Order: sequence, then structure tokens, then C-alpha cells
Amino acid sequence: MSSAFPLMANSGAAAASSTDRTAEHTPAMTTSGANTLRMKVTKINFYYGKNHALHNVSMDVATNRVTAMIGPSGCGKSTLLRTLNRMHETLRHTRLEGEIALDGVNILTLDVTRLRRMVGMVFQKPNPFPKSIYENVAYGLRINGHKGRLDDSVEKSLRRAALWDEVKDKLHKSAYALSGGQQQRLCIARALAVDPEVLLLDEPCSALDPVNTAKIEELLFELKPTCTLVIVTHNMQQAARVSDSTAFMLNGDLIEFSPTGHMFTTPSDPRTEAYITGRFG
Amino acid sequence: MSARLIWRKSLNVAMLSLTGVCVLITVSVLFFILGYLVYNGGKDLSWNFFTHLPAPVGEVGGGMANAILGSLKLLLLAALFGVPIGLLGGVYLAEFGGRTIPFVVRYTADLLNGVPSIVIGIFAYALVVMPMHHFSTLAGGVALGIMVIPTVLRNTESFLTDVPPSLREGAFAMGANKWKMVATVVLPAASRGILTGVLLALARVAGETAPLLFTAFGNRFWSPGWNQPTSSLPVVIYTYATGPYEDWHRQAWAAGLVLLGLVLLTNILVRAFLTRGTAYERT
Repeated sequence: MSSAFPLMANSGAAAASSTDRTAEHTPAMTTSGANTLRMKVTKINFYYGKNHALHNVSMDVATNRVTAMIGPSGCGKSTLLRTLNRMHETLRHTRLEGEIALDGVNILTLDVTRLRRMVGMVFQKPNPFPKSIYENVAYGLRINGHKGRLDDSVEKSLRRAALWDEVKDKLHKSAYALSGGQQQRLCIARALAVDPEVLLLDEPCSALDPVNTAKIEELLFELKPTCTLVIVTHNMQQAARVSDSTAFMLNGDLIEFSPTGHMFTTPSDPRTEAYITGRFG
Repeated sequence: MSARLIWRKSLNVAMLSLTGVCVLITVSVLFFILGYLVYNGGKDLSWNFFTHLPAPVGEVGGGMANAILGSLKLLLLAALFGVPIGLLGGVYLAEFGGRTIPFVVRYTADLLNGVPSIVIGIFAYALVVMPMHHFSTLAGGVALGIMVIPTVLRNTESFLTDVPPSLREGAFAMGANKWKMVATVVLPAASRGILTGVLLALARVAGETAPLLFTAFGNRFWSPGWNQPTSSLPVVIYTYATGPYEDWHRQAWAAGLVLLGLVLLTNILVRAFLTRGTAYERT
């Protein structure tokens, strides 16, 4: 957990912005768009059939920051993440109430294709398509009607995902020839290829070994200046290492949402403290 | 050894031998047929068999080129009629259907699969031959095409539902709509299995005789185009094997060997194709 502290310098201010829009810029935060809200979740309730999975959750996602969601299995953190790009709509019998705004626009009013291009997603298990590495990265552009060669976009996305040097000589080989960690970075490259404003990561490292986990975490830092990141993780150390603010969820309630530094040093809710000190979950 | 132990051991031996013998019978039937065909048909197989028309009774030589070509044409038509319907129906069942409709369709498809082939022949007769007032390659192709539909449908459905949900999620998350998700990710992922199913379905109907008897009928000569009666391997085998002449019988054996060879070849190719693995990673 000690590794969390060097990162705290910015996170206090960033997360402050998420609770108080009028917070002043700190000199360190000169990145454009910093200190603004990318997404705002307002009092959402979510149902799987009759199962009430999220209770009145409100949360802000700061622009070009990493927001982490932690909590025990089944607490609703993945559900909350999936509502952010309306992935819940691919399941039957789900219902979302409340409002989620992206840059001030209610996402329910957006065309879902457009929304998902702006809010990309990376899943728990790497899920590259049964295509070449090149075509995996080009997929998002292809389904939007781009034909022919997309060499520049593919290279740019693979570089952003820190995968280019490892795959540049085998772009037309199957994506399944890559290792698990490389596949996950390929999935990140695939999501980045359409230039999303927000990237949602649903436990992106849970199927990876520590070395590949470290690579992904490093990658998150590199992406931060250009992309807003929301990460669900089971690993509290990971949340402490990578995020600026953290949401702790329990049984469908958002218990605490505060700057990561606060959360892990002086949690304000006894349940948060119990969870992060390992007394349950 | 106690009596009980002896009883158990001998029961074990008896059951083991019984199951073993049954396996042996199953396998040996195929090898017996194969051996018998090679023995009886092999000596009449020659290059002429594949290139010449049947010779008149009493003349030596002649071949079944028209029947081989006829069978291939019929299968091509069957594929053209049956595969698109079965394929798209399978896509509907796996991807777009709710609960009740797929249940009914599946049940219907399984029933259609069980309809005797001669009945399918009558259906094609009423559907194509009656309005056209004559037998034709087209009518035979329709009959075989109908027989291909349920197999392709069920097979396509099962290979599509085997594609992991994570791939579908990935496509949705990239902003694909349902049809794009199916066309660009799920179908390519399942393509190998689907193709296998198509080839096996065609290999199965390649040997059908009954639906061809009063649709494609038969022809001693070449059948140009699609509009005239055509010869086909199964019907020729039927005619020659039940005919009164000794050299007809020998030719029937040779035709049987060719037909079985074609089906076997397809099967082996399909197996080789499938063992190269699925297009996506299984977990």
C-alpha cells in the first residue's frame, strides 16, 4: 500500500473537483480538461429483473483522471461500470433509472453506437476477436465504414497501448498467438483506436500475472493525460496505486467516494475501514 | 477365491466381451461394406468409367460420366437452395429468436429431419415437376435442398451458440449493433464449424435415391442445362443393381464404390479441417 503515497499529490485536488466543481486549479494540474467532470452519475437505480442491484448511486468521474471502484464480489461495481456505456442493455430484463451524463449530455439520449465509441470498454478476460492483430485494432474503424488500409491508426493505437514494439513484425498473425497480457493490451489498443474520451476497465488485470499487471498499470499512467479512466478492481493495492479517487461499494450502495489518499488512510465510514483493512470481503 | 468373487469376475468378463463384440460388429459392418465394394466394384473401375456415357447392353465398356456429373449438379443445386435457408435460419435461432419461436422452429426442423426421403420426393414432385410437366435436374435439386435445410440449420445454430459471450460483449462494446456483431465477429468465429456441417449435410444427401426417382428421374445421356431429367449415381445404382444383366450389376458395384469414395473423402476432409481447432480460444 505504501506505493500509493507518491501518487497522492494530484489526486487530492482531482477528487476534490469531483465533489466540488468550483475547486481551484492547482499549479500541477495544467492538463487541458483537468478539474472538470467527464461523467456525472446522478441517483441511479438499477434492476436485474426484480433484483435491485444499485441503490441511488451518485458519482462523478473527473476528466483525465483514474477513478477506481472497489468492493466485495456482487457489490454492484461492475454493474455501475457497465451502465456508463449502457452495456447493461445487451442483457434482458434490466432497468436503469436516474441520469448519467457524459460532458453534460444524458447518455440515454445518445445513439448507443456513438456513446460506445466515446466510452470504450476493456473486460476482465482478454477477448480479442478471432482475427489478425491488425484487424482487431482496426475493428472499431471498420464497423464505422472505413475500408482499405488503416496502418497509421493501427500503429498509433498499438503504440498508445505499449504493444507496438512487441507485435510490429506480426501484425497479420492471429491475435491468439499473443500471451494473455499482450492480448489484454491488444484489447486496450482496440478500444483506443476509435479515440474514446472515457475508457472503462472491468478488472483488467484479474487474469494476468504480476508482471503483466504492472505493465497494464504503467499503461494507465501513460493514458491518463489523454483519456479518462474508470477501473473496477478486486485488488485494493491496485486501486491505491493507480487511482486518483476511489469509490467503495457494498451491496449496491456507494458507501464512500473520496480521493484515494483519504480513502486508504482516513476512511470516513467504518465499513470502508473494515473492508480495506481486510476485516471482511 | 470365494464364490461371490468368482461370480463378480466372470460377470465383469462377460459384460466386457459383450460390449466389445458390439463395438466390433459396428466397426466391421463399415469395413465389410467397404471391402465388398472394393472387391466387386474395383475391377470395373477405369478411366472410362469417369469419362464415358453408359454403353448399350451387351457392349463392353462404357462409363457413368453423366451420372457423376448429374450427382454433382444436383448437389450444387441442393447447396444453393438449402444452405442459405438453413444458415440464415440458424443465425436467427441462435441470435435473434426469443424463447417460444426458436422452440417451435427447432422442433419443426427435427421433425423435418425425420421425414422419410421418399415423402420429400413426393413434395418436390408436387412443387416442381407437376407445374413444369416434366422431370428435371431442378426438381431433384429442390428435393435434396429441402433435406439439407434442417441439418444445416441445427448445426449452424449449435456452432453459433458455442461462440463465447465475451466475444459478443467485445463487439457490442466497440459500438457494433447486433447484426454487425453477428456478421463481423460471431459468424467468422463459427465459420469452420458451419462449413463442416454444410459439407456433412451434402455428403449425407449425396446418397439419397428415393427423392430423385420421380424428380430428377434418370437419363441415359448427358443432361444439358437444368431443365431436363438427369442421371445420378444413387439412381443408377438402383436401376443397374435391380436390372437383369450381369455387366449392369458390376457397373452398379463400381458406381457404389465411387459414391462411397466421394462421401468418405468429404468426411475425411471435414475431420482434418475440424481438428485444426476452432477459430476462437476455448477455455
